[in-house]
Amino acid sequence: MNKIKTIVRKEWAEVFKNRMVIFTVAFLPILMTVIPLGIIYGTHGTAGTKAGNLTSNELPPEMAQSMCPGELSSLDCLQVFMVSEFMMLFMLVPVAIPVTIAAYSIVGEKTTRSLEPLLATPVTTTELLIGKCLAAVIPAVLATYTAFGVFALGSWIIVANKILLTALLAPRWLIAIFLVGPLLAVMAVTFALMISSRVNDPRVAEQVSMVVILPVLVGFFGQVAGLFVLNTQIITIVALVMLVLDVLLLYLTTRVFQREQILTRWK
Amino acid sequence: MIHTENLTKKFGELMAVESLSLDVAEGEVFGFLGPNGAGKTTTVRMLTSLIGPTAGMATVAGFTIGQQDTEIRRTVGVLTESPGMYDNLSAEYNLRIFAELYEVKDVKGQIEKYLKMLGLYERRLDAAGTFSKGMKQKLAIARALLHEPRVLFLDEPTAGLDPEAAHLVREFIAELKKEGRTIFLCTHNLDEADHLCDRIGVFKSHLLVVDTPANLRASVFGRKVVFHLRLADEKIASAIRSLEFARDVRIMENRVVVSLDNPEIQNPEVVRVLVNAGADIQFVGELRHSLEDVYLQLVKGV
Repeated sequence: MNKIKTIVRKEWAEVFKNRMVIFTVAFLPILMTVIPLGIIYGTHGTAGTKAGNLTSNELPPEMAQSMCPGELSSLDCLQVFMVSEFMMLFMLVPVAIPVTIAAYSIVGEKTTRSLEPLLATPVTTTELLIGKCLAAVIPAVLATYTAFGVFALGSWIIVANKILLTALLAPRWLIAIFLVGPLLAVMAVTFALMISSRVNDPRVAEQVSMVVILPVLVGFFGQVAGLFVLNTQIITIVALVMLVLDVLLLYLTTRVFQREQILTRWK
Repeated sequence: MIHTENLTKKFGELMAVESLSLDVAEGEVFGFLGPNGAGKTTTVRMLTSLIGPTAGMATVAGFTIGQQDTEIRRTVGVLTESPGMYDNLSAEYNLRIFAELYEVKDVKGQIEKYLKMLGLYERRLDAAGTFSKGMKQKLAIARALLHEPRVLFLDEPTAGLDPEAAHLVREFIAELKKEGRTIFLCTHNLDEADHLCDRIGVFKSHLLVVDTPANLRASVFGRKVVFHLRLADEKIASAIRSLEFARDVRIMENRVVVSLDNPEIQNPEVVRVLVNAGADIQFVGELRHSLEDVYLQLVKGV
């Protein structure tokens, strides 16, 4: 356990001296918080305007039914809809941040040649990978939670309608943020660590690892296109699938991380 | 302390290390010499449990590689080919990471001890990236010693260092030798090996020879004695050649060089013959071949 803590502290000490990483960790959550808050602020009190004339009838019926309780006006329902779309993009935060950190994690040590002395210590592969994984997951989850907290607080300040507020902070989004978020982060990190172990250029590692944002984008565009509506049931199923996927990826990452191959082949 | 039996490593079709059988005693400084690509680093990596052998076995400090890898890593200290420091972190923090990973009890004390011993204490808070190559190498040596390893593997410890830094590193290795640590020293620097090592193994994919530097010289070139004379001529050379035990008698300006099996016993007889032949002897000494000559002779044509 102590060795894992040491690895985590070492990773943070190294990673957070890099301004680009700090920028990535800070910028995305700020952006993803400001945009939905801006939408809520910009559209609230616009009844009678062109935007306010949109009705919930213009949404696919299953979407309107899923998102908007009966008491909500059409404008409020539209707000919930638009914010819901952005909430999907909000799920990019726990994916993109750890990828930036984890993709560099192994390949960075290869390029600076610090990996061999590290592997020569009594640290086990599992301890090393858990340490590197946590070092990337924790900032991502904290950033996601903080950003969501700011969003919830901002919504509470901006929106007077309690029913609208309840709809915006619906259980499906709470599950998504607090459960699916960390699971997504673990998936992103394990994938990035696998890639990082198998390439010898940090840029390649980061670019290839970014493939993990695809499921989130599929979710976003699928919902925008009306292919499905993310409700509590679907998100719970997604969370369960993610859990299984994470366990599988963790196992694969430890299998892929072959000390000998990393030192001799992927140097 | 280090024992290998037919230790072999192949990378695909490439034979990196072939049937290495070797014993290094406790407290011994063993020099591992060989040209680039000979398999020295691969051997060190196998003996420090970083990579596994294709065949054969080895024990380090009583632990078997491939079976007790964590114990081996805990017991040995390694100076890798490249210092591999975390350049953004301070020297002290670099050492702290490794002290914690090696489960050193007195982390602060050990860091302070080795930073002071290697003359880096005043720069302990500076980022390792600001250090010169020599300072980084010293920091890497400190890192390898933090957990007081019984066996130390040093892979090219003075490679690329300026003469002053190399001298300091060599002095430090000599100090470690006095402490009785077992040191496995890979080096290209033959003078370094000559001065520091109790025994030397010349290696090129497989072990060519292992012996003390003095015995290596004797076995490769024989023992040669040089007689400095006021005037050396063919008459004098012929007189020496008349001795049965004298081999390969050569005149080089005013010196006569003779190969002898046992100079301690045979020299007085040669001196008598020279005096009887009318030679004025100025000095007598043993011709010392450099280890470089020995090394080149051994690896030539392999």
